[in-house]
Amino acid sequence: MHEFTDRTWLWFASALYFAGFVLGTIGVLRDQRLSRASVYVTIALGFLVQTFGMYLRGLAVHGCPIGNTFEIFQFTAWSATALYLVIGPTFRLSLLGYFACCLSAALTLVSLSVPSWDAVIRVNLFGGNPWIEFHAALALFSYGVFGLLGLTSTMYLLQFYSLKNRNLRGFFAFLPSIVDLDHISYRLLTFGVVLMTASLLVGSRYWLMHSARVEPVKMISTVVVWCAYAAALTLRWRGVLIAKRLAIVCISLFVAALLSLGPVSYNFKNVPQRTAPGPR
Amino acid sequence: MEPSSSAQLFLVGANHHKTPIGLREKLALTAEKMDQFCTALSQLRGLREYAVLNTCNRVEFYGVVESPEVVETLQAEFCQFQGLSPEDFRSIRQHALGPGAVQHLLEVSSGLDSQMLGETEILGQVKDAYAAAQKRQTVGPVLNRLFQKAFQHAKFVRTNTAITEGQISVANVAVDLAQKIFGKLDKTRILLLGAGDIGEKTAKAFQSRGAATLTVSSRTLERAMELARTFNGAALPFEVMPQHLADYDVVVCSTSAPHAVVTTADTSVAMKKRRAQPLFFIDLALPRDVETEVAGIENVFVYNLDDLARIAEENRAAREAEVKKAREILSEKAEALWKQLGYGLGGNNAR
Repeated sequence: MHEFTDRTWLWFASALYFAGFVLGTIGVLRDQRLSRASVYVTIALGFLVQTFGMYLRGLAVHGCPIGNTFEIFQFTAWSATALYLVIGPTFRLSLLGYFACCLSAALTLVSLSVPSWDAVIRVNLFGGNPWIEFHAALALFSYGVFGLLGLTSTMYLLQFYSLKNRNLRGFFAFLPSIVDLDHISYRLLTFGVVLMTASLLVGSRYWLMHSARVEPVKMISTVVVWCAYAAALTLRWRGVLIAKRLAIVCISLFVAALLSLGPVSYNFKNVPQRTAPGPR
Repeated sequence: MEPSSSAQLFLVGANHHKTPIGLREKLALTAEKMDQFCTALSQLRGLREYAVLNTCNRVEFYGVVESPEVVETLQAEFCQFQGLSPEDFRSIRQHALGPGAVQHLLEVSSGLDSQMLGETEILGQVKDAYAAAQKRQTVGPVLNRLFQKAFQHAKFVRTNTAITEGQISVANVAVDLAQKIFGKLDKTRILLLGAGDIGEKTAKAFQSRGAATLTVSSRTLERAMELARTFNGAALPFEVMPQHLADYDVVVCSTSAPHAVVTTADTSVAMKKRRAQPLFFIDLALPRDVETEVAGIENVFVYNLDDLARIAEENRAAREAEVKKAREILSEKAEALWKQLGYGLGGNNAR
């Protein structure tokens, strides 16, 4: 076990997520209802292995492993999976596990296949300040929530398309109802905004005390993402942004949020760095 | 395959394949007639075991006799009891001995032999027939095994093929679509516009699948109230229907109006009140009751009779595509079961 690096464990986790995706695809192509239990077990195993890999990375960087783009993508996938493992059995939405596998496999595989994203590892990123570490972890966890929201929105659009175009057979036959998808999307949107608000509140305390240490690009991009999601939530609450338009907005915002991680992760200042791969 | 035993497993009866509905009505056994005929059968020499499957589409006798002649006697008695000539009955009858009877019961239990291919109600009816025979103590080792295995194999076929998937009646297709939009129907409010027969059937399908409330609106309030009573629902005057459109999740339209009764303007107003809640129109009327433009309103879904009929037809075709696979499974099962039954029949077909 000791010869395996954190990246090896994260490759294993990624493989398990991908296996869940393959299992689900085979089931769908064979026109069979997916076994929720088998997908759930596969994704849970992937989550456990990923948690272990992240733990090893955390030990190496002396904190929450969210110091470079690779770690941020891994953490976002981990958050989305953690949330799925909680809400999956509660809401019992058909195919959500399959889509969660897709998202986690995509995020983790992409992050693992771009070596430059993990070329620089930032040790003790938060300088021992637990509040700012909590702020960052909370913000990234909310990205995981928004990732899951992106999935339920995609499922909504697929079901919407199938109903409008009278194409109800095959893959579409297994999708949950649009009302169920709308309810869960609304809850995820609310939860994500609450988490991000809490994260910003915690972060603002640090910013007020050490404003010079916070890069404006990072702060602005985070606030823009928060504003966009908060606006979407307000409009949904008022019944203005609903149905297909809400789903499209939620997917677009998640893509934008992922893109905004670039400026966020490349603007850590005064942080000790080392080049990967080191002993982890 | 043929057993050389003295006992013989048989099936004789009539079903929807060859028997027109008028004749099926004549052949059907009421509960009282069933008792009378079964009492008569208990006197029939050489009839060791029997069970009667009596549904709206079939009257079939399954049993074990000491010789094939006993089957002819049973058939003659049944014809006499129902007032039908044996010659007429012979022209419509379903008859099989040994493995053919086994295969037939397995196909009947699985819904393969049903008029509505793959329907599941038949399995319950076969179970009822078996339970009634048990109560009358007319089943023995052969039929006990045959029926119990038939239930098992029917379940296997339903699980391992798509023979029961997708609804094949317009009413049930509409309910399935509503479930795709609303999920569980226990909070879904249904409005039935008009009192057309197909609309009534669809409303009944919604009610049987647990819809929360059902309201009827018709040009004649009396007719609406009468229909509402049968559904234990409420009636709504037709003139005020547009103002109340927002209160319903599913609107089943089957009026005989010569023009559309659901307009784009009324629906747009209703959708503003419904905020994020979708609205589902099932337009079963000809000419159509819902204006074409209504389908373009956000969060509104409109299906007309052609759409529903096409989906039902696709589902039926998909089920038919599974028939071959299901028959092959059942043939293997029937063959194995027939070998097992040989011991009960005292024959050598187990070899």
